[in-house]
Amino acid sequence: MKVVQSSRQSRVAGVAFLLLVLVLLTAPMWASRGHISLLIEFFYFLALAEIWNLLAGFAGIVSLGQQAFLGLGGYALFFVTMHWQWNPVLSLIFAAVAGGVIAIPVTLVVFRLHGAYLAIGTWVVAEVFKLVFSDINSLGAGSGISLPSSVAHAVNFGSFSRNTVLYCIALAVALLSILCAYALLRSQVGLELSAIRDDEKAARSAGVNSFRIKLLVFIAAGAATAMTGALIYLSKLRISPGSAFDINWTSYIIFIVVIGGLGTLEGPMVGAIVYFVLRQYLSDLGSWYLIVLGAVAVAVMLKMPSGIWGTLAKRYSLSLFPTQRRLVFSEEDLLPGQQTVDAALTR
Amino acid sequence: MKLLTVSNLNATYGDFQALYGVCLEAAEGEAIAVIGANGAGKSTLLNTIAGSVASKGDAIRFAGEPIGGLHPWQIVARGIALVPEGRRLFASLTVEENLLMGAYSRSRDAHSLDEIYKIFPQLRSRARQSSLSLSGGEQQMVAIGRALISKPRLLMCDELSLGLAPKIVGEIYETLALIRERGVTLIVVEQNVRQAMAFADRVYCLQEGRVSLEGISTQLHPDQVSRAYFGIRQNQSQGDLPDLDSGSPGVRSDFNSEASGPTNSGFAGEGRA
Amino acid sequence: MSGWMDSILQGLLLGAIYGLFATGLSLVFGVMRLVNVAHGDLIVLSAFLALWIEKALGLPSPFLTLIVLLPLMFLVGYVLQRTILNKALGEDILRPVLITFGLSVIVQNGLLEAFSANPQKLIGGRLETASVHLPGGLMAGAFPLLTLAVSVAVIGLMQWTLYRTALGRALRATSDDRQTAAMMGVKTPHVFALATGIALATVALAGVFTGVRASFDAFSGPDWLIFAFEAVIIGGLGSLWGTLAGGITLGIAQTVGARFSPAWQLLSGHLAFLVILVLLPRGFFPRRVD
Repeated sequence: MKVVQSSRQSRVAGVAFLLLVLVLLTAPMWASRGHISLLIEFFYFLALAEIWNLLAGFAGIVSLGQQAFLGLGGYALFFVTMHWQWNPVLSLIFAAVAGGVIAIPVTLVVFRLHGAYLAIGTWVVAEVFKLVFSDINSLGAGSGISLPSSVAHAVNFGSFSRNTVLYCIALAVALLSILCAYALLRSQVGLELSAIRDDEKAARSAGVNSFRIKLLVFIAAGAATAMTGALIYLSKLRISPGSAFDINWTSYIIFIVVIGGLGTLEGPMVGAIVYFVLRQYLSDLGSWYLIVLGAVAVAVMLKMPSGIWGTLAKRYSLSLFPTQRRLVFSEEDLLPGQQTVDAALTR
Repeated sequence: MKLLTVSNLNATYGDFQALYGVCLEAAEGEAIAVIGANGAGKSTLLNTIAGSVASKGDAIRFAGEPIGGLHPWQIVARGIALVPEGRRLFASLTVEENLLMGAYSRSRDAHSLDEIYKIFPQLRSRARQSSLSLSGGEQQMVAIGRALISKPRLLMCDELSLGLAPKIVGEIYETLALIRERGVTLIVVEQNVRQAMAFADRVYCLQEGRVSLEGISTQLHPDQVSRAYFGIRQNQSQGDLPDLDSGSPGVRSDFNSEASGPTNSGFAGEGRA
Repeated sequence: MSGWMDSILQGLLLGAIYGLFATGLSLVFGVMRLVNVAHGDLIVLSAFLALWIEKALGLPSPFLTLIVLLPLMFLVGYVLQRTILNKALGEDILRPVLITFGLSVIVQNGLLEAFSANPQKLIGGRLETASVHLPGGLMAGAFPLLTLAVSVAVIGLMQWTLYRTALGRALRATSDDRQTAAMMGVKTPHVFALATGIALATVALAGVFTGVRASFDAFSGPDWLIFAFEAVIIGGLGSLWGTLAGGITLGIAQTVGARFSPAWQLLSGHLAFLVILVLLPRGFFPRRVD
């Protein structure tokens, strides 16, 4: 017998996904500037959502403070390009490292809390970051700072415009977040995460170090969010504590993940599409837009807790990025007198 | 008319079916025992009657009325009380407060605290203590008192003897006999088969969610009960049946002998909360 | 020296209102393990409602609005719990956090739409400026003292309810073991709704008192939620008096920090919270083992 993770459906979907990525890669050649900018936004929201989904849907950690790392990444970018004259694209790596490193002391504090209190604790951390960065004069303090044009232009790569380069980076970041999450979930760590999610006590008695795993996932999420934050502010060109550490980042991410489907890799993709479509039509409404978003999220959580994708996937047994493991028996496993049984050992 | 009739009851926990077509009856004033191994569905049966697990409309009738779709708080108001498995006392409440909680649904009709203390005199001195500070036997008394205070017509007890020394178990069953004399109908779930059969008029045996045996306790043979307990059908192997009982059933007064129940649970000493 | 004493006194009085913020949060968490992320926004809602009621009824003092506001907010809490939050309860901690977070966004933006972004303030009149001489040459504002008295009274009343009434017994039993409480006759959906109703009544009080103390706007909610939450954690989960102590500790940390620089007020509060969290993870007076 063997453990099988893919199915015919997922292999077909995998090919389709690959084709889609190839098409997206060529977008700068045929899409308008405005659409490219929109896609950049789409990709970084998708990345943020996949990361948050990994934390909340798979590791069971609800973070209301990922904006702490987002802002940290943005400021890391500004710092390293302005004060150390680093290439902005390399700065993204620096931002990721900074995010991961800072996440360590954050976990020491925040992991003393549990559940909803942990969630609010992460929010407090974000507020602390906001207050601290409001005090750093070399980075613009409370009113913020703009990226010098020399740095902005340094993003150009040969004949490719800044927009195109940003687009490619954004696409790469989104793909990376999806694929890394996928790889993680298909690995041993992913199996342990599933066990923790189903029954933490049982998982621990089976030898899973749940605390260490959650720690690792949180640190990785911090690094990934910081890198995405650097990308965001590289495209925005101006940063301020109020915007970088704004809780609304988390609001939008939560809506995307909840509406799309918590705990599935495909969910955030669906959610991001819904979010952007809603934004197109509702952005004129000002604060009503957020009210509608909030109401939709609450309604979805009450009526369709698995989100749009989650509900569809359960109904029609869909899985494009299968993270389940199935135990498949073959003839060799049978004892005399037995018949084959297709046992499904689900997560 | 029987006080309680359970007809063809199916109960599921999510995807898992715990009871398959269970039928059970209790007449007013009877003492019924439900025995079976771990996981046979005994607690599920009691929880379903008490309303913690939902059941469909007509499967359970109490005093002629269907109670399947009712909430637990509605069912207790009708006169069914449960002493849950593991006691489940309220940890932040004192002994007295735990007892008073039992009367919550029937504040006017309930017994007074005094009457409960008459049945369990040891509790009177412990009234203001935290329920957690009591020994296992005393906790069991509080749990029974808490169920009793609502003046139920039907009292259900889930695994009373679990974690208690034989002497204490004996005392508790003596008290149950007194309660029975006051006219309360009793359903007792027990893994301690000897105890259950010694106490009850009729016995039901559950095996993997089904009733595998039913009968008057004095008329059942230990072999029959063994087979029903383990799910061995009549025609299967005769040899090597585990010994359920060294004596014969129906010797009602023999409370103090070692119970040799097949799973032999409950002898880790008293006080296991 | 008296400067320090003064700061500590002001911190104590400030902390009283944080304690009041936190009381409702503590009660709801104690009874049903629910943390309402919209708690702070509901305090802001109360403050705005008080403003509106005062104007609509032509009342001379915002405190009089409480006659209407207290039962109103109780009702809001009851309905909110019965219709939405009861469905959010369960083993999953994700759902309640996400649902109440969604509510928070709705309330904030709803307030923005209804009342615009301008900061508002409730006028307390002469009470705001009156002060009282205390021993040791210290001066305390009459209004902050009143707030302290109200906080103590509210918590005292709540403790009395929890420990001396049948309802309180039911609330505590339900928080210990919801399923068994139901089997005793406790109508859990109703009892949960009563708890939230009571919590929102305290929120109404908190809203009026904080509205008089300082200005507020549609987005003040999260700050207040965080203060309430910090008070609960510092004080220890499950203890109402602990929550007041936690609030006072927070208040003192803030005012002492403000002595060094006004910009440091908030930050010193947060840092004190973080330090206490690391050194005493269960707070000053932990009661439950969660």
